Amino acid sequence: MSVKKAIIALLVENNANVLSRVAMLFGKRGYNIDSLTVSETNDPSISRITVTTQGDDRIIEQIILQTRKMVEVKAVALEDENEAILRELLLVKVGADESQRVAIREICEIYKASIVDFSPSSIVCELTGKPSKINGFLDIVEKYQILELCRTGVTAMDRGSKIMVCENKESHRS
Amino acid sequence: MKLTGAEIIIEVLIEQGVTDLFGYPGGAALNIYEALYHRQDRIKHYLTAHEQGATHAADGYARATGKTGVVLATSGPGATNTVTGIATAYLDSVPLVVITANVGTSLIGKDSFQEVFITGITQPITKHNYAVRDITKLADTVRHAFMIAGSGRRGPVLIDVPKDITAAVCELTPAPKWTEPKAPSAPQAELKKVADLISKAKRPVICFGGGIISSEAGKELVEFVTKTQIPTCHTIMGTGVIGFGDHLDMGMIGMHGSMTANHAIDEADLMLALGMRFSDRVALNLRDFAPHATIVQFDIDESEIRKNILVDMAIIGDLKSELSGLIPLVESRERPEWLGMIAKWQSAFDLVNGKNISGIRPVEIMEVIGEKCGENTVVATDVGQHQMWAAQFCKKTRPRGFLTSGGLGTMGFGYGAAIGAAVALPDATVFHITSDGSFHMNMNEACTAVSNKLKVITIILDNKVLGMVHQWQTDFYNNHFFATEPERKSDYVKLAEGFGARGFRAETKQEFEKVLAEALKGEGPAWIVCPIDRDEKVLPLIPNGGTVRSAIVE
Repeated sequence: MSVKKAIIALLVENNANVLSRVAMLFGKRGYNIDSLTVSETNDPSISRITVTTQGDDRIIEQIILQTRKMVEVKAVALEDENEAILRELLLVKVGADESQRVAIREICEIYKASIVDFSPSSIVCELTGKPSKINGFLDIVEKYQILELCRTGVTAMDRGSKIMVCENKESHRS
Repeated sequence: MKLTGAEIIIEVLIEQGVTDLFGYPGGAALNIYEALYHRQDRIKHYLTAHEQGATHAADGYARATGKTGVVLATSGPGATNTVTGIATAYLDSVPLVVITANVGTSLIGKDSFQEVFITGITQPITKHNYAVRDITKLADTVRHAFMIAGSGRRGPVLIDVPKDITAAVCELTPAPKWTEPKAPSAPQAELKKVADLISKAKRPVICFGGGIISSEAGKELVEFVTKTQIPTCHTIMGTGVIGFGDHLDMGMIGMHGSMTANHAIDEADLMLALGMRFSDRVALNLRDFAPHATIVQFDIDESEIRKNILVDMAIIGDLKSELSGLIPLVESRERPEWLGMIAKWQSAFDLVNGKNISGIRPVEIMEVIGEKCGENTVVATDVGQHQMWAAQFCKKTRPRGFLTSGGLGTMGFGYGAAIGAAVALPDATVFHITSDGSFHMNMNEACTAVSNKLKVITIILDNKVLGMVHQWQTDFYNNHFFATEPERKSDYVKLAEGFGARGFRAETKQEFEKVLAEALKGEGPAWIVCPIDRDEKVLPLIPNGGTVRSAIVE
């Protein structure tokens, strides 16, 4: 079976240590975490975690089943990369003297990235979008000197009326 | 009723049906011990020599009864000493509630005296754990812990309570004892499919594990096997469910399983896996395991399906109700050809080899225990060669009668577990089968058995080497014996007497019969040391990654 990328969304109780518990499970079972985002939801007792991971079908199935077993995990869903809305935010500080600024501004315009900081020797660009768009932008910007870079990791949501809700797990706790 | 946190903990334990707990006091736990002092008539605390012993005792108590075992330990080293015991219970799905005291809330995070982040340490080895920070949530936290430990796939739960929370005062609203709701079982149509597979199969095999015991499905299994005449084997966790000597009972499977069981799995066209998880000691070669069989896996834990091995069909739910549902759907039948083949393997391969072995033999020790002791016998083992011999040769047992650390393989498990079983079942005859290696890990618990007058009969198979590792050094490392011949001079008879127990020595089968009778007659714990030949091996042995065709048989 081939290894592929998977994006998994989790609704978890908003407790202390819940993030470390989820991360610990990945570490313990030897699953990769490529990126991870977490924040409170509209219900302050529930947080939403989005994990980008990789594995073959069996590993992805195991990740879902093992995380679903955790007491504080209320729902687990595998996001369809082609159907769901995937977003990530990039901040990149590019070394730019006067002669390079115009070119970088032009790239930002094409990608709809904004320039959020400006100094005599550098520019900070911000870009939000799906991971492939951010990768495309970085491929171009890489030709300049990248001084610092950070990405938030993917966060994901289904389109349309499909919503993720907490499951009642009391009946099948194992 | 307003109570302190410490009183709430003990009152909720009593409310949840706890009558015995195992523990060790310390500074941070003092309030809880004060609450126990005032409730001695309602709940009994057993002081062990070490918190590891307490945890194994609670584990043995749980394995022997099905009730959730309870441990109480203080902060810091008290808490960390429970870790091996918790991991042992976790790997074998044993229900435990472990309560650790911690330093006061204001001292947490400051590397205070005897402070440790035990909820962090135990995250990967508990089903769940709690760090209580709010007295109003304490009672429900303890109740939830019992619910999580004792439902679905069982497992240990830890609750960490800072000292100031045990002193704070709060209203306790009584609640009923939690009882497990009926576990969901597979739809009838699924069971019908399994019944069809069984009726079509020519060479079906059952392999069951600890799940049969956890779901109390021993009786249903016997009925199912009797009706279908499907030969069975089991993992070490399933030892004792089906009476040995039966022609449908092929014994243990896997690395040290019987040749017949391993041959049968190799030839089978249908395998029913009942509450077992295809560990690397069972399915040694994942690609070549049951190569001709359609595999149907029954488990209460969905994440066990396809975790280690690809299966053709999965049935998720409670084994007891699934077997009960399956029994009326299957036909009663004879299988002369298949069972004839199995009988042939049994008589050709499953003999105890013993060329050039001197003195008393492990098989004889287990035979005597089987002959002399009744149904109401519990055997707890440590880990190593003696454990495998006990599992292979232990004839007289029943579900919850054979206690062993199957998953984690914890040397030093046995004495604590036997003590827990003796506390839980005061009328049972409790054996602790151990070896010179394992016994040196936790023999300190002799003091617990002596103080509480627990008649645990420890049998030390003394071959003067760390036998299992020694055997591997013999077979796979060109006799390069290193760190396995400790040259210890421990005199077990004197040691037993030093602890206030009784010590015996037996060098032949006749001597063993005699001293066993004496040991069983007297009061309190006894040790019987049996010197055995260091060349006595655990056989057969299928090496890692091998199949029955690569088994070492002599």
